[in-house]
Amino acid sequence: MTTEAVAVKRPAGRRLAGLFHGRPGLQVGTLLAGPSAWLVVLYLGSLAVLLITAFWTVNSLSGEVVKGFSLENFESLVNEPVYREIVWRTVRTAVLVTLTDAVIAFPIAFYMAKVATRRGRAILVIAVLMPLWSSYLVKVLSWRTMLSEDGVINWALNPLGLHGPGYGLTAVWLVMSYLWLPYMILPIYAGLERIPDSLISASEDLGAKPFTTFRRVILPLAFPAVVAGSIFTFSLTLGDFITVRLVSNSQFIGTVIASSITNDLPFAAALALVPIVVMIAYLSVARKLGAFEHV
Amino acid sequence: MRLSRRAQALLRGVVGLGLAFIYVPLIVIGIYAFNSSKILKWPPPGLTLDWFSKAFESESAREALLTSIEVGLIATAIALLLGTLAAMAVARHRFFGRETISFLVILPIALPGIVTGVALSNTFTQVLGIPLSLLTVVVGHATFCIVVIYNNVVARLRRTSGSFEEASADLGADTWQTFRFVTFPSMKTALAAGALLAFALSFDEIIVTTFTIGAGEETLPIWIFRNLFRPKELPIVDAVAVIVILISIVPVYLAHRLSREEGGVAAGKGAGAVETEATAVP
Amino acid sequence: MRREDDHAARNAWLVVAGLVAFMLVLAGCGSSSSGGGSGGGGEELQKLGKGEGQLNLISWAGYVEPEWVKPFEQETGCKVSDKVAGTSDEMVDLMKTGQYDGVSASGNATARLVAAHQVAPVNVSLVPNYKTVFPDLKNQPYNTFEGVHYGIPHGRGANLLMWNSNSVKPAPTSWNVMFDPKMAAKYKGKISQYDDPMSIAEAAVYLKYHEPALEIENPYELNEEQFEAAVNLLKEQQPNVGEYWSEAAKQIQAFGSGDDELGTTWQYQYFALKEEGVPVAASPASQGFLPKEGATGWSDTWMISSKAKHPNCMYMWMNYIISPKANAEVAEYFGEAPAQSLACDQTKNKNFCTEYHADNPAFWKRVYYWETPLAECGNGEDNCMDYNDWVKAWTEIKG
Repeated sequence: MTTEAVAVKRPAGRRLAGLFHGRPGLQVGTLLAGPSAWLVVLYLGSLAVLLITAFWTVNSLSGEVVKGFSLENFESLVNEPVYREIVWRTVRTAVLVTLTDAVIAFPIAFYMAKVATRRGRAILVIAVLMPLWSSYLVKVLSWRTMLSEDGVINWALNPLGLHGPGYGLTAVWLVMSYLWLPYMILPIYAGLERIPDSLISASEDLGAKPFTTFRRVILPLAFPAVVAGSIFTFSLTLGDFITVRLVSNSQFIGTVIASSITNDLPFAAALALVPIVVMIAYLSVARKLGAFEHV
Repeated sequence: MRLSRRAQALLRGVVGLGLAFIYVPLIVIGIYAFNSSKILKWPPPGLTLDWFSKAFESESAREALLTSIEVGLIATAIALLLGTLAAMAVARHRFFGRETISFLVILPIALPGIVTGVALSNTFTQVLGIPLSLLTVVVGHATFCIVVIYNNVVARLRRTSGSFEEASADLGADTWQTFRFVTFPSMKTALAAGALLAFALSFDEIIVTTFTIGAGEETLPIWIFRNLFRPKELPIVDAVAVIVILISIVPVYLAHRLSREEGGVAAGKGAGAVETEATAVP
Repeated sequence: MRREDDHAARNAWLVVAGLVAFMLVLAGCGSSSSGGGSGGGGEELQKLGKGEGQLNLISWAGYVEPEWVKPFEQETGCKVSDKVAGTSDEMVDLMKTGQYDGVSASGNATARLVAAHQVAPVNVSLVPNYKTVFPDLKNQPYNTFEGVHYGIPHGRGANLLMWNSNSVKPAPTSWNVMFDPKMAAKYKGKISQYDDPMSIAEAAVYLKYHEPALEIENPYELNEEQFEAAVNLLKEQQPNVGEYWSEAAKQIQAFGSGDDELGTTWQYQYFALKEEGVPVAASPASQGFLPKEGATGWSDTWMISSKAKHPNCMYMWMNYIISPKANAEVAEYFGEAPAQSLACDQTKNKNFCTEYHADNPAFWKRVYYWETPLAECGNGEDNCMDYNDWVKAWTEIKG
């Protein structure tokens, strides 16, 4: 293959490809055009429209949106205690679920990454990935029946004189910790794998006990991965309404948005801004902590 | 890492408990799928295979399954295209707003689904005036699938040095040839792993789908949601879920195999480095 | 080279920002949600044409079942696709998408649908079976607006007080078992209340009987004082509520598994549970299924969407569903009083219509059909709480 042979043919496709050569700007421009058009215009634009909608109000009978500027929705959100309570309840649960998942996921991920044999690891990875393919809805339904008065949990606990948590906030915490667990295990596993074994050996050679190695070498290196996983557990909890509705009575941000959309879209939009703001703040912090490398 | 026998046993115990936690609800679903009573009672009074045969016969379930597969394939294809483009731009070039792109790309998945669903649905129906349909569902799904592909490809591209592409160009290949013969082969497994994960995400998605789907259409999650509230058909739903889980063993295994392959030239150090891409999360 | 990259990228961002701004302008200036073309909310169909082959409905659970749908599909060739909704809010929301041809709307949806121009007037001359509908269902404030017919009556019923006869003793004869704080506390965590602002009316019905000083006439027309009393009653109930249900099947499951033992319900769930052998009971037929205070209820109307893509099929459906045989099947399946007077000859249970007071207008005076609360009280005053107030209060009640 010589440059001459290539230069001689030059069909249209080649000429087009040649156009890009040496023009990184054009390359970048073309590369960016598709995704940005999609992401920015459609997605961000939709979010921007939602933001504007939050400043509108609604005709209470017909449910039609009235496009006049008003701070009514934000006033409601701030002044009425019930909404403050709902936001706080949602955020609190999100934090609890994230912490729970981090605690459960870490040992599992650690075992998978550093202790298991090659075959063991393969089996474990598949075992952890499989639940991702089972329907979210069916999993929640399964928990709903397990938590019910004559469900599995009580069936197992009653002989011991105990009683299951039933439906409620505990159930929400439990089920969500369950649902998002794989999303926490996988990034931590990936992050732990990236830690070269040589570092760990070096630490041990220097005389550190396993716990010290863990605390001072592994944990700090794995922390960004944990943060990466937490992005999902936090965000998924923040917006969920199906699980909340199916295993509890409580009102979360997601349930109020879902039920307000029908007769008060501007209010739903205003409320939706809360998780958006919270997540953007969370993402900025996460990025600084290096989590984006692990997502 | 050297752990004492006790520590290892303890760790194994914790892992075992964790796995039990993960699988008990799934096993419960499995048992209910054989439940002979229509109401979900525990323990089930009897076992039957009826629900499985009803699941196979159910036309609406089959249609929903096909629709889900359709939507998943198209959304994944779009995500492959756009995610790769974005990843290539970010990994190989420096330009104004590069950091913002990696932030933007993650938004659709970091923001709660209900926000994405409401925003997109509002835009489609109120601003653009287009009716909801499978197309709008595909658009919604592709939006959050892009990040999965993007992450995989960016991770892979960061691992492989750009010098190979420069060398290829020096040898006279034009941009397209370079892509076809140098860049793409090194990305193949990352793309495949990402595609599988993206498909899985789209397949199981319910929240954004609820807000963007048209009246007469159903994806499998929507079908399940609709039948969750038909008490006489509940075990069919469980049977369908079990069937889906069993079928999904194949793609999950494939994804794992793909991530094991050391893809391309100058693959990373450490046994696990390649696996980081397959496990780049939803 | 870097500057070129930056330059091109900067341009790309500008273009994108411009498109986003354009979208915002489009959103702000575009015609609002539904209004659009016809100010009157769609035109009344003048002539019935051929079926379009498809029909998309929104309905309550149990209203659109294969038993009577299949014969309809065979007769008319209109293939029926049904979306079951759990609350009127859901129905209104679904109708807004413009993708459905019709809806079985209760009174707390009809006024809103009409105001939002989502439904078109119904030309009753195209619905022959309408002639023999019970007279006290015609020209009602929930299906006739400013003298114009907006729907075809489907059937009516009262919301039931249902309880598990094994755990709730003695058998309640009054709503106090759910609303009197002392009595409700006995069943703490086992009470099932309908998750909809309409529950405020249930509290109002209770107060109408037990606190006459409040002078509540119509439980949907409440001034501030009456409203607050009702809301407070529900706030006191909240800690005892096990589940706020909005899906019939959820409630069926909850009663079946013993998670709930007492609650408001519809006949659909009641009969489904009895079929499964769950020991539920409701106020007996001799009492008209009503506790002594009376009850809220519903009188449902089939309405046609102003954007219906299959109007002929919809008219065929409206005529079919109130045909004597179909209406009898529907009424017996669900457990409600049929709208069609001739259906009473077609029911399997020959006493069905008597049991369900289908032909007894006096009975329905104690059943307060769901209505859309408006600021205009019936008595000429203007200070009643409107639907928005009800919705906001409901969120507060649930906490």
